[in-house]
Amino acid sequence: MKRRRFLRDTITGVVLPSFLQGISLKALAGLPGVHARHAAQTDDRVLVLIQLAGGNDGINTVIPFDQYSAYTAARPNIYLPQEKVLRLNGFDASAFNPAMTNMHQLFNEGKLGVVQAVSYPKPNFSHFRATDIWMTGSDSDKVLSSGWAGRFLNDVYPQFPDNYPNDAMPDPLAIQVGSVVSTTLQGPLFTMGMAITNPAGFYKLVEGKVNVNANSRWGEQLDYIELMSQKTDQYATVIKTAAKKVPAQSPAYPATGKNPLADQLKIVARLIAGGLKTKVYMVSTGSFDTHAKQTEADTTTGTHAKLLARVSEAIGAFVNDLQFLQIGDRVMGMTFSEFGRRIKSNASGGTDHGVAAPVFYFGNNVKAGVIGSNPIIPENATVNDNVPMQHDFRSLYATVLQHWLKMPAEEVQQILMGNYPMLPIV
Amino acid sequence: MVVPSVTSSLKKYKGKWGRAEAKHLLKRTLFGAGKEDLDHFASKSLKHAIQQLLHTEEPAPAPPVNNYNDEKYTDEEIQPGATWITATKLSGKNSGRRRNSFKAWWMGCMINQQRTLREKMVLFWHNHFATEMNMVDNPFMIYKHNVLLRQYALGNFKAMVRAVTVDAAMLKYLNGNANTKKAPDENYGRELQELFTVGKGPGSQYTEADVKAAARVLTGFRINNKVLPGVHGIFDAGRHDESDKQFSAFYNNKVIKGRKGKEGESELDELLDLIFQQPEVARFICRKLYRFFVYHQIDEDTERTIIEPLARTFRENHYEIKPVLERLFSSRHFFDAGNRGGIIKSPVDFSVGLVREYKIPFPGEDSFVEQYGLWSNIQATASQMQQNIGDPPNVAGWPAWYQEPLFDKSWISSDTLPKRTAFTDRMVTNGFARNGKKLLIDPVQYVKQLPAPGDPNKLIDDLAALLYAVDLPAEEKQYMKTGILLQGLQGMASDHYWTDAWKKLQDKPDDAANTKNVTNKLKNLLKYMMSLPQYQLM
Repeated sequence: MKRRRFLRDTITGVVLPSFLQGISLKALAGLPGVHARHAAQTDDRVLVLIQLAGGNDGINTVIPFDQYSAYTAARPNIYLPQEKVLRLNGFDASAFNPAMTNMHQLFNEGKLGVVQAVSYPKPNFSHFRATDIWMTGSDSDKVLSSGWAGRFLNDVYPQFPDNYPNDAMPDPLAIQVGSVVSTTLQGPLFTMGMAITNPAGFYKLVEGKVNVNANSRWGEQLDYIELMSQKTDQYATVIKTAAKKVPAQSPAYPATGKNPLADQLKIVARLIAGGLKTKVYMVSTGSFDTHAKQTEADTTTGTHAKLLARVSEAIGAFVNDLQFLQIGDRVMGMTFSEFGRRIKSNASGGTDHGVAAPVFYFGNNVKAGVIGSNPIIPENATVNDNVPMQHDFRSLYATVLQHWLKMPAEEVQQILMGNYPMLPIV
Repeated sequence: MVVPSVTSSLKKYKGKWGRAEAKHLLKRTLFGAGKEDLDHFASKSLKHAIQQLLHTEEPAPAPPVNNYNDEKYTDEEIQPGATWITATKLSGKNSGRRRNSFKAWWMGCMINQQRTLREKMVLFWHNHFATEMNMVDNPFMIYKHNVLLRQYALGNFKAMVRAVTVDAAMLKYLNGNANTKKAPDENYGRELQELFTVGKGPGSQYTEADVKAAARVLTGFRINNKVLPGVHGIFDAGRHDESDKQFSAFYNNKVIKGRKGKEGESELDELLDLIFQQPEVARFICRKLYRFFVYHQIDEDTERTIIEPLARTFRENHYEIKPVLERLFSSRHFFDAGNRGGIIKSPVDFSVGLVREYKIPFPGEDSFVEQYGLWSNIQATASQMQQNIGDPPNVAGWPAWYQEPLFDKSWISSDTLPKRTAFTDRMVTNGFARNGKKLLIDPVQYVKQLPAPGDPNKLIDDLAALLYAVDLPAEEKQYMKTGILLQGLQGMASDHYWTDAWKKLQDKPDDAANTKNVTNKLKNLLKYMMSLPQYQLM
């Protein structure tokens, strides 16, 4: 069914940078799905984004081993004992939280790396605004409606959802595990992602098409629902087919329901192995907002340790499964969190909203290691001391787009609205 | 084509007041609008209808009960069917069970709502002052918080903010109880401004220093009687920061003088006075009310002609909620044809609305186990559709009411849309059952209340008018008639086959074949009607 033209003009409140509109208009002249516009469209590489919602405490995740006395002084109630942290092969200055055994193993095997102190100029301390900044890739003082991955997908598949699915791209462009599609995957006009919880449980929609007069507020809403119901229908089939092609997965995963992040990544691995051409997957896990009591008296246990163990176990099982399914070379994963936390812990045994934090990336083809240095921990840290930025988060996006997803440099700059230095991660 | 703006103003609506207008008003202000609700309100004037909706004298619902004894646990203190809110023992075993009891009970409050705005406003405030039960964790606090929202639902907003600030559940959820002079915790001081009062709109320019200053004003509140039914917030002067608090230019560089001892508590009132002097507070709340009750997009015109005057009304009435709602619901703008049907139902509107519109009977309080169990089924249904009452995604509430650009479209995804249809199908086919008590739509009883169920054209017209907030294209109605109602009937060519079958059902109810045939046709019709995108709108 042909998407009705008025949809394109309806969202007048959205301010688009003119060059984005230019790309869209230029692309409209081409035939959809016949010619690959970029290597990205034919390449089989996949990006998996893992959101750690709430603001992960970077300093108790990647411990500044080279500044132990300043670290323990700044965090007398929650610091991790020197003898318990996980030391990194070839990188003596930093260590991982003891809960991160799987990720530690991946690091030492050369399959996982860390980018230190990622943030952006003029950091924001609000969860919602900071999350929006990370997801849209905007400057801190600009507001964007579209997500960075959504713009990337819009660039590669400029006419979506018109004439999609088609022979060249029969599958969803992006899949969010979880029921609400993230802003990350929001394109300039449409969401470029679809949401699933469990592909096997897809309910078959009743067929039925109506003609809608959308020259009204309700009509525009109705049109969206109709479009969504058609997409659901079409993609449900390809997702089911893909899921069915994978009869077995790695036994490394914890039992279903034990680790929600592992459950999500298990679906992702299954769909990739099932042959979906989907470029971007996104999963999310929460509760990193550790204002109080983030550890027990034994600081290697407690809330934050549990959260990190969950992430570590899930990523470990996922990478194991990628080998098991023989798709390890095609997949790169990356974590992100809306901000880090303060250098100094508070008296409630927690940490308040901060600035920069480490990002993890992993896969067979990444360049493992620690990029950047530990934050400098002041001798007498105060409540106002923050981890300063070393790397703009858009440098990560730019590197992934250009070096992993094979986007031309000038288009990466357009998608990210600026020129960001590459990082040696892949 | 562009989605048209709706430019009508807040002037009093003097146009037609009939069933269509009553339906619009009721679908927005109640959970669904059943035929009897429409009959009731369409017979009144608009003014009286709004007065009834704003009526606040109704008694508070009876508290939640012990429905939770099972093979693994028996509450020795609280008898089955008796309320647990007075219990003196709280343990790992009864805490989770009581929280489940609470969620079922709250769902029951919505399902059994009176014809007033109260329960819808409780949900509005829950989304506004969002707390998550899985973090608050304590059933007494959770229940008391909900009672507070209901108490102030149509009351004074400033008084409500005062009460919420020192409410035990909120003190726990946003770390107010950990906020002391030694270790100020900014969490509540930030959200008080960002999410609860001045917001993040263009006119809001509070600073990080204001967040810190507010946090220091708020030091000293903590939770008393943590595990007892009398749990409440108190002010503990020993934990209060007695130094002066300097605010930014946004707050006119005001200094709140540090006070000693018990006096310290009154700094909270000074802080609220300071915040509520900002005209942005009224604008922020009016925008949220607009998004909840009218439409998600607020363009410049709407900001100027609707939000600003509504905000003025709010301020002139010292932050009383009722005058604002009364003005909005009496306005030309609200009743403008362009604003009808423009909201996508939230999961709670969708599920509770269905139960209420079909008047599906629930077991009474003497069958409290089944009653709570079936309330739980509806609550779990809404939760699967991504609205888990009591546990919103985070302190900002549900994205449908704040997140650009999707807003209420975010309720509809490739995951949730099939679940919505699965639910409507289920309510027509198998429903939910607990120990022999069943929730199920009775299609014959439902259409019997219509004026002419034997005429297939009128039947479809009347059903469409009841179920949908928007018109259905004629060819769609034609399809329903020929493709569903008349399909498979003998001859199937003309209307009278349906008329005859319907008449026979009345005259010879024990004609099993005919009864089954008619019943199945109606089931298929209702399933189909509720699967259309139109059913998602209100």
